Amino acid sequence: MTALAVVLIRLINVWRCYKVGAETVEALRDVSLEIAKGEYVAIMGPSGSGKSTLMNVIGCLDTPTSGIYELDGVNVTEMDDDQLAEVRNRRIGFVFQTFNLLPRATALRNVELPLIYAGVPAGARRERARRALEQVGLSHRARHLPNEMSGGERQRVAIARALVNNPSILLADEPTGNLDSKTGSEIMALFDRLAEQGNTIIVVTHEEDVAKHARRIIRLRDGRIAADERRPVAGSGTVGSAARSAAG
Amino acid sequence: MRFVAEIFEGLAIALDAIRVHKLRAALTTLGVIIGVLTVTLMSAAINGIKTSFSENVMALGADTLYVSRMDWFIGSPDEWIKQSRRPRITLEQIRQLERLLPPQQFCIPYAEGTQPVKFKTRTAEAVEVVGTTDKFILATSARVAQGRFLTPAESDGARPVCVIGANVAANLFEGEPALGSRIWVGRNTFEVVGVFEKQGEAIPQAALDDAVVIPVGQFITQFRREPDFTVLVKTGDPGRLGEAREELRGAMRRVRRLPPDAEDDFAINSQESYLDLFNRVGGRIAAAGLFVTGLALFVGGIGIMNIMFVTVAERTYEIGLRKAVGARQRAILVQFLIEAACIALIGGVIALLLAWPGTWLLQLLVPAAMSVPTMLLALAVSLLTGLVAGFVPAWRAAKMKPVEALRHE
Repeated sequence: MTALAVVLIRLINVWRCYKVGAETVEALRDVSLEIAKGEYVAIMGPSGSGKSTLMNVIGCLDTPTSGIYELDGVNVTEMDDDQLAEVRNRRIGFVFQTFNLLPRATALRNVELPLIYAGVPAGARRERARRALEQVGLSHRARHLPNEMSGGERQRVAIARALVNNPSILLADEPTGNLDSKTGSEIMALFDRLAEQGNTIIVVTHEEDVAKHARRIIRLRDGRIAADERRPVAGSGTVGSAARSAAG
Repeated sequence: MRFVAEIFEGLAIALDAIRVHKLRAALTTLGVIIGVLTVTLMSAAINGIKTSFSENVMALGADTLYVSRMDWFIGSPDEWIKQSRRPRITLEQIRQLERLLPPQQFCIPYAEGTQPVKFKTRTAEAVEVVGTTDKFILATSARVAQGRFLTPAESDGARPVCVIGANVAANLFEGEPALGSRIWVGRNTFEVVGVFEKQGEAIPQAALDDAVVIPVGQFITQFRREPDFTVLVKTGDPGRLGEAREELRGAMRRVRRLPPDAEDDFAINSQESYLDLFNRVGGRIAAAGLFVTGLALFVGGIGIMNIMFVTVAERTYEIGLRKAVGARQRAILVQFLIEAACIALIGGVIALLLAWPGTWLLQLLVPAAMSVPTMLLALAVSLLTGLVAGFVPAWRAAKMKPVEALRHE
């Protein structure tokens, strides 16, 4: 990271514990992490490693049990539900494994959704949603319902929805998990392009092929960061060396 | 601006949800329809009866006071016994009373008894026979349909004439011309000089449909020498009824020669006592009726609450998604409240459409009347039912944690 990089996400000694019956599950244990603006990060780990919990905390869907989370210099740890909703609305764009489009709303209306909760007037809303669909190459599908579109198209609508509010972070949870490999790589190519345009992107995945697209891979194990690897910007085929450095 | 957008979004979602689950919405709506329909018809019936009663009572004459031995409505048996011991009001006292009253006021003696009435072979047992004067026609809502009413000369005179009620005429004459015929009233014959219009039955005491009206002089000589008279006092101004009543009371005390410390030994009644009684009894009946019909509405409300819980549970994931993209608690609350309100309001509108013909049917039994305030009230009640019933489910949805909601696939 260069000295000029602006820290966007800063986690300091974050714990996240759940009570499951009588037991307490520690999903995140003392995680400290910084992600700068414009980074393209993959969070990896086997299931149960805490990667989903970490994504939820970063995405302000969940709050740490202890520790501090600063998003763009603002401590979000102590915010109430509505303030967090506001932060999610303005700063975070989510892309889910199962796309999560409203089934009876057109692509355009799905993309508009965050703007409705931001209180953007109807005209401006439609215009911005249209531009976001253009960005993902789906302007021609604006009037279609999700079930009239392919999986890849649906995921692109979801990405457009995540982009529409010009968020600080694009958070994708297994974005290719429900797609065939060809469509999956198309989606990852789209993420790559968005990263080149300067968007901060965090992808949670358990697939090395997907993580490979990122410039930095954070590996979790048992709720702790097991490795934090950076790869050269132009790089390809350096996965091996990164893995070695994690091992060493 | 944001709130407006949220409301439009809520409305769009609600209509969409109702469209998708048509059967479910219809069944839920049915409960509200039945509830609102019963409440609306009940209010229509209550309103109608009240209006019709008031009109009928007013027909008695808003400016007329009724002096009689006893109160029309007596609260207790003891009081009744006490009042029944009072001396009768005589014709002589009525004449004195009229002299004491202001000149524009006049007194009408009124006595009644029961006699068999006969024409040819047709007999009516126990017909109400009223003895009064020519001025009686000014203090009643009854109108003469054929012939005429009594003349001043006939009032005290000895000429046996009568004016008969519509039912009496129908029963005795069965279509034969009544005017000019002589009928037997008790042991004497009377010439029919007039027939009243049919009045209806709202207050039987006030209707003359089953009565035969004869001159008071005839009543005294033929039937009862000292009847228990009621005096109808036409005061001329409904706005001054209270003062007129006090003046009348003073005059009547003088006529009855009551010492200053004695209680009144007569009663001054007015149509207001009918209205008082009606408002007292009718108010309770209305409250009980609305409570019972309100139960139907309550059941309808429970139906909405139930279906909203189901809806919230089914759409947990959607709630999670909306929260993830920035919907605040209020937005989710509003969304589900609107949905509940829409279901209830649709029910309310349908209920009103049914209440229209329903009121016609109801009018076969009671003089029901549907009014604009009743309709607005019905809509307001259905809306309120939706909001109240939807609140707990909507609140539950609004309070969901986004992570947990999203896990709910």
